[in-house]
Parts: sequence; structure tokens; C-alpha cells
Amino acid sequence: MHANSLTTEQIRALIAKGKLKDAIFKVLGIFCLAVALLVIVLLVSDMVAKGSERFTVDFFLNFASRRATQAGILSAWVGSLLVMLVTALAAVPIGVAAGVYLEEYAKRNWITEIIEINITNLAAVPSIVYGLLALGIFVYQFGFGQSILSAGLTLALLILPIIIVSTREAIRAIPAMIREGSMAVGATRWQTCRYHIIPYAMPGILTGVIIGLARAIGETAPIITIGALTFIAFLPPVPYTTGADGVTAGMFDWVMSPFTVMPIQIFNWTSRPDPAFEVNAAAAGFVLMAMVLTMNGIAIYLRYKMRKNIKW
Amino acid sequence: MQIHDTPQLKAEARNLNFYYGEAKALKGINMPIYDKKVTALIGPSGCGKSTYLRSFNRMHDLYPGNRYEGEIRFFPDNTNLLSPEVDPIEVRMRVGMVFQKPNPFPKTIYENVAYGLRVRGENNRRVLDDKVEHALRGAAIWDEVKDRLQDMAPNLSGGQQQRLCIARALATDPELLLFDEPTSALDPIATGAIEELVHELKKRVTILIVTHNMQQAARVSDFTAYMYLGELIEFGKTDEIFIKPQDKRTEDYITGRMG
Amino acid sequence: MNHAMSANNPSELPVVSDRLSHKAMRHVSERIIEALLFAAAAVSVLTTVGIVYVLVSESVQFFQQVSIVDFLTDTQWTPLFDDAHFGIMVLISGTLVSSFVALIVAIPMGTIIAIYLSEFAHGKVREVAKPILELLGGIPTIVFGYFALLMVTPLLQKIFPELPGFSLLSAGLVMGIMIVPYIASLSEDAMRAVPMSLREGSYALGSTRLHTALHVVVPAAFSGLAASYILAISRAVGETMILAVAAGMQPNLTWNPMEPAATITSFIVQVALGDLPHGSIGYQTIFAAGLTLILITLMFNILGQWLRRKFRESY
Repeated sequence: MHANSLTTEQIRALIAKGKLKDAIFKVLGIFCLAVALLVIVLLVSDMVAKGSERFTVDFFLNFASRRATQAGILSAWVGSLLVMLVTALAAVPIGVAAGVYLEEYAKRNWITEIIEINITNLAAVPSIVYGLLALGIFVYQFGFGQSILSAGLTLALLILPIIIVSTREAIRAIPAMIREGSMAVGATRWQTCRYHIIPYAMPGILTGVIIGLARAIGETAPIITIGALTFIAFLPPVPYTTGADGVTAGMFDWVMSPFTVMPIQIFNWTSRPDPAFEVNAAAAGFVLMAMVLTMNGIAIYLRYKMRKNIKW
Repeated sequence: MQIHDTPQLKAEARNLNFYYGEAKALKGINMPIYDKKVTALIGPSGCGKSTYLRSFNRMHDLYPGNRYEGEIRFFPDNTNLLSPEVDPIEVRMRVGMVFQKPNPFPKTIYENVAYGLRVRGENNRRVLDDKVEHALRGAAIWDEVKDRLQDMAPNLSGGQQQRLCIARALATDPELLLFDEPTSALDPIATGAIEELVHELKKRVTILIVTHNMQQAARVSDFTAYMYLGELIEFGKTDEIFIKPQDKRTEDYITGRMG
Repeated sequence: MNHAMSANNPSELPVVSDRLSHKAMRHVSERIIEALLFAAAAVSVLTTVGIVYVLVSESVQFFQQVSIVDFLTDTQWTPLFDDAHFGIMVLISGTLVSSFVALIVAIPMGTIIAIYLSEFAHGKVREVAKPILELLGGIPTIVFGYFALLMVTPLLQKIFPELPGFSLLSAGLVMGIMIVPYIASLSEDAMRAVPMSLREGSYALGSTRLHTALHVVVPAAFSGLAASYILAISRAVGETMILAVAAGMQPNLTWNPMEPAATITSFIVQVALGDLPHGSIGYQTIFAAGLTLILITLMFNILGQWLRRKFRESY
């Protein structure tokens, strides 16, 4: 029966060969990971090296300009913050409500099924298509124009799936006993959600919101598509102040204002032939990277903390 | 614990200790395994019988923080299976294992059985065909699957899957075959088939079997070891252990007063 | 029901006891809240409906002026010229070539990282590596565009001196790097979901780690891997800014990655940057392009679903 089984030497040679392949693969795996890390390091260091001469207060307080050395990112970062404000105000309540509905209320029927399949599929829709949607609906159909409102709502739709999915995951991690405990003392379903489910799920929801906003703040394509301007030398009107034209702005006039955002400013500067603008692009790119990486870092940290603190 | 008129030794645990991190799971086990015999390991859950079994093919090496002390001598070459110089892969090429839950690979029936042969570098179609058939016959499943060797293995019934896993282990002619509660996930009929098979297989291979079920131990084994809290309490011929246990704890377990 | 009605009409309140009316109020508000929550969930469906409506309605107007045959077979794309041609293949070629380059980088790299993290790496390595990958995946695409144009292209020009300043190759490579984290993280999840008992079965037969990974874990997780590849394709096909910045925006029917070319997405950006009157043929063109983009994505997704069904997990 052992006629054609291997000798010890053959087996050892076979094992040695297998282990060599293991080792080679391990090196390959570490190499690929190193490339990923290297790209981040290279990007950040290049932007710092190239852009450092622009890291002045003026760079943050100047408007865009035809002269590279005088151009700044004031309208871009203000625009980004305002758009994010609209995005968060729209996406967070809708996303959390949708997540709560799907986890706590929805019956298992075809309507729920359609909603769920939809959310999954929306995550695979290219972001520029959201721009086309917004161009057709928000800009022209609703007449919001090329405004902060249009941009904020567009990005809100874009990050809605992220917020819904993270809300659902956070809720699903809450043990049934908490729900039953609340229902048992006579709380209605909504009271249970309002006072138990949502507060307990908050860290998870917050993580999703931050990741979503980090994604939104770096999005360029949909905002260009709705027709945001690349050269803006003014800020949206501050509520209840009087502009140069003598008109006093209302509480919400700023949402209808034209605007630009950080990624568009960077795009504008990278697409200019004059290499002096590369410096501006590098500096602005670094600022954007810092914003995005900080937000993602906070989200990763939050999630890490959450995993450590789970003690039901 | 002297046993006379006994057959040859296949393996022997000598002062075996095992640690999961800080926790000591096996405490100073000394025990012989006899060639071409079935040895059953019994004892209450958590007594260390599976831990002990999995030491024979160095399964614990897959997870960090595990540590062996002592020896498992393997005969006829008197190798210490636990020695750091001995590669666990080499051990596993000599010692086969069948798991608690059938775990066929998501491949065809044929490729499942051929898996171990391919690991050994065998790619000759005729050799593979021969050995696959031989192994499937050995596991008493050939007649059921010979017409559908290219079907996916996970589509078989639970009992068939487990016999396929036995065939998979047999295909490479192991010297020792480990069974880790092989029937705990099966219905009584499938269990009967596996027990019959174990009985048949001991003509070819030494068998060490962990079981929860004392009737099963009594039915299939020649020798029985009773373990409790990581210690070997009693080892002996199966009839002797079941008829006349020497230790009070063994007696309590066997008569159902504990466990 | 009766209580609910009386609660709506305060004048009838004395008829029922206070406690009951309170309960009725509660019942109504619960209903209203449920309806509001449902409306929020329905927003996602409305988004899809909106996308389909906008793309189809504008495209219908577009195809009233341009024949579908010309759209699919013309080899020129000059929608804004006097001598207008609408051959979408020009843009599709750029999209496919750049996506192909990206996937050639991303699928092997992402899969290798996933296998390494799931089957080889210690827990500590994984704990550090996963956040790094997440950070890489979070970098805005415009920054990747900058990276492609100002760092990768000059580097590639040292190897291929004839490479132009804009190329599909450079944009595609960087796109690949951008996609790696998606594949790595989804594939790793799929492989970690493979039960340990399958791995043990393989190790017990004397397999090495790599053999177990390639012959047991990868086939068992295949449907998850396929899902990650499909998502990667969707990302590559829909990626915009890297191409708009680094691949040039001139329409060019080519299958050579060393050339500059416009893609469906970068064309939309280019048009949007200009000032096109609402309702003009140029305006409608970008919706026709968008519809094409969605259909390509959909096609790959259907293919992926089919593949997944064919290789459904069977452990």
C-alpha cells in the first residue's frame, strides 16, 4: 500500500518548496501594503514640500486671483464648510430616520425589499451621475440654480447610503433585550427608538456621518456638473448684513449664493498651464487632505473606541 | 497501568502538558497508542480530549500563544512529533484527521479526495484516479458517488460528506487517523455507517477517536482512555474500563453519575 | 379606531376617559412618526427614480436629433463643433482602456493584500494595515488626479520618454491604486467569513498557508471576491476627476493607454465647465453620455450577479 508514497527526503523537499512559496507570498503581501502606505506618504510629503511657501495667513484669507502668489482659498474653504452644513442638515436626519425605519419598523415585504436593493445599488452609482440628477432636478426643475443649496442636497443624496448603512449596523449591534426591556415598561415603539435605540447607536451613527462627510467634502465631479463656478471672488452674504449693493441679506440668502469649494479650486489650479499655480494646488491639496484625513482618522478612532467599550 | 500481551506501539504520549496561553489544558499525560487498534478518548466536555487529539497533528500550531511540553513519540522511527525541529506539515502528512462537523472543500467530490495527493505533488491523472477510487471504496462511499465524481461535494448529505472527509484523509495513506467526535453532527443511521467504517479501517490504520457517546466508545474501540480536567484518569482495554473501572471518577462517568 | 377619531376632535373628548384619549393621541402620533420614517427611507427610491427620469427624458430628446446608429457607430465625437458628430465609442474606448489599466493594478494588488491580511498577517499587523487602507481609500479623487498629473506622469516619462503629458496609462495606474483599498477590504471580509474548519481540513492534509489560501479559502470566498471586483469596475468606469486632470480631455478613439483621451465622465466635466444653455443639444449630450455610463455599470453588475449566483458560497 505504501508502494508509491514519498520518502522522508522527498517530503522534506516538498515542504521546503512550499515554505519558500509562503515566504515569497508574504514578501509580496508586505510589498503591496507598503506601496499603499508609500502613496500616502509620498502624496502628503510632496504637497507639503511644494506647497509650504503658501502656508501663510494670507493664503487662507485671500480670494482666487490671476496671480498665483496672491491667490488664496478663502471662498473655497468657506464654500466647502457651507455646503457641508447643508449636506449634514439634509443627510443626517433623513439617513438616520431611514436606518431606524428599516431596522425597527419595516415589515418583511416587497416594498422593504425594493428599498434595500436600492440602497445597495445606489452605492455603486458613479458620483457624476448624481451631478446629472442634480443638474436636471435641483438646478432647473426646482430652480435652485447653481447654489450652495443645490450642491449641499446633491452631496446629501450621495452620502445617504453610507449614513443609512452605518445607522442600521449600529442599531443591529444593540441586543434585543434593551428593546424588549423598554417595550415591557409600556414605551411605544417610537419612544423606544427615541430614548433607547438612537442614543445607544449614536457612536456608530456618528462614525458613519463623519465618513460620509469626509467623502462629500472631497467630491468634485458632481459639483462641477451642476455648474459651480471655478472663479469666485466674494463670499456668500452673511445673514442680516448689508452688502456693497445696499441690500440687507435675509437669514437664508446664503444658501442661494453662487460658490466654489476646495476640490474645484484645486482642479482649477492643476489645469492651468502656469507652473506657479502648481504650488497653490499643492498647498490647497494639502489643506483638503488634512481635512479629509482628520475626519477619517476621527471616525477610525471612534470605531476603535467603540469596539473596546462594548459591554452590554 | 501495565498491559500485557499487547500489540506494537504506534505512538506514546510522555509527560505531555499543553497550554492555551496561560491556561494549562493538558496535565502530564502518559499514554500508549497501539498499532492498528482503535483507541477511544472519553470524558466530560472541556476535559481536554479534543485538545489532546489535536496535539497529534500539531493543529494547535495554527494559532498563536499555544505551547506544548513533553513528547509524543511516533513509531517505528521514534520521532518526537512535538519537537520544534519537526515541521508540523511533515507530521500532518503522516497523521490524518476527520473533524467534528463534515468540512468538505467547495470543490468536486473528486478534487476533495485528490486534495491531499495534489498537496504531495501528485498530478498524474491515472495515479490520482486510482487512489481516489481506492480511498472512496475504503470509506464505503464509492458506490454512492462513482457516477457523480464531478458534482460539488457540499451538495452531499451530512453522512456522505463525513465519509467523503474520511476518504479524503485515507487517500494519502496516513499512519494514524484522528477522529474528533465524527458523528456528533449526524443522524443515527449515518452514525452507524461511520462506526462500521471505523471498525473496518483498523485493519489498515491506527485510529484515535474522541467521542461523547460511551456506547460508541464501547462499540468501536479496543482501548479506552478516560480524561477529566486535563488529566488522564484511566487507560485500559475497553472491556476492562467499562466492566471494571479502577478509578471512582471513571466509574461515576461511565455509570452516568457525572458528565 | 374610535378613540383615534375622538382624539382628533377635542370637543368630543369628555366622552372618553382621559387615559384613553391620551392613549389615542399616542396612537396617532406613532402613526405619523412611522409615516415620516418611511418617507425618509423612500428618499433612496426617489433618488433612483429621479436618476432614471432625468437621464432618460433628456436622452429621448437627444435621440430625436441624433440617430442611435450614428451614436453607436460614428468614429468621431465632436458634439460642440459646427460639424457635429456623436460617436460615443470614442468616449467608451477611453473609459474602457483607463478602467482596464486600473483593474490590472487593483485586482491583483487588492487580492494579494486581502489574502495576506486574512491568511498570513498577525492580528497586530492587521490592526495597523486596515486603517491605513481606509485612509488611502478616503483620499479625495482630485488629490489623486494631482498625484497622477504631477508625480506619476513625470516618473513614467523617465521610463517611456515618448509618453505625453496627459495619458490614460498614468490616470489608470493611479485609479488602480485608489481602488485597491475597496478590493482589499471587501475581499478580506469575505475570506475571514470562511469557516476555520475548512482551513483546518486543508492544514490537516499537510497544506502550506499559501496552498490553503489559494485552493480552499479563495474558492470558498469567491462570490465575495467577485462582488468586490464588480464594485471596483463600477468605481473605475465612473471615476471622473483623475481622468479629467491627468488623461487630457480631447476625444480620441484609441485602445492605446499611452495616448491621451477623453472618457465619458471627463467629457461631462468638460461640458459642465463651459456655459451651455439649458435645453441645447450640447446640454442633452451629457445626459446621453450619463445614460451610457449607467448602462455600462449596470451591465457589469448584472454580469457580476450572474457570476455570484454561479459560484455561491457552499460552506
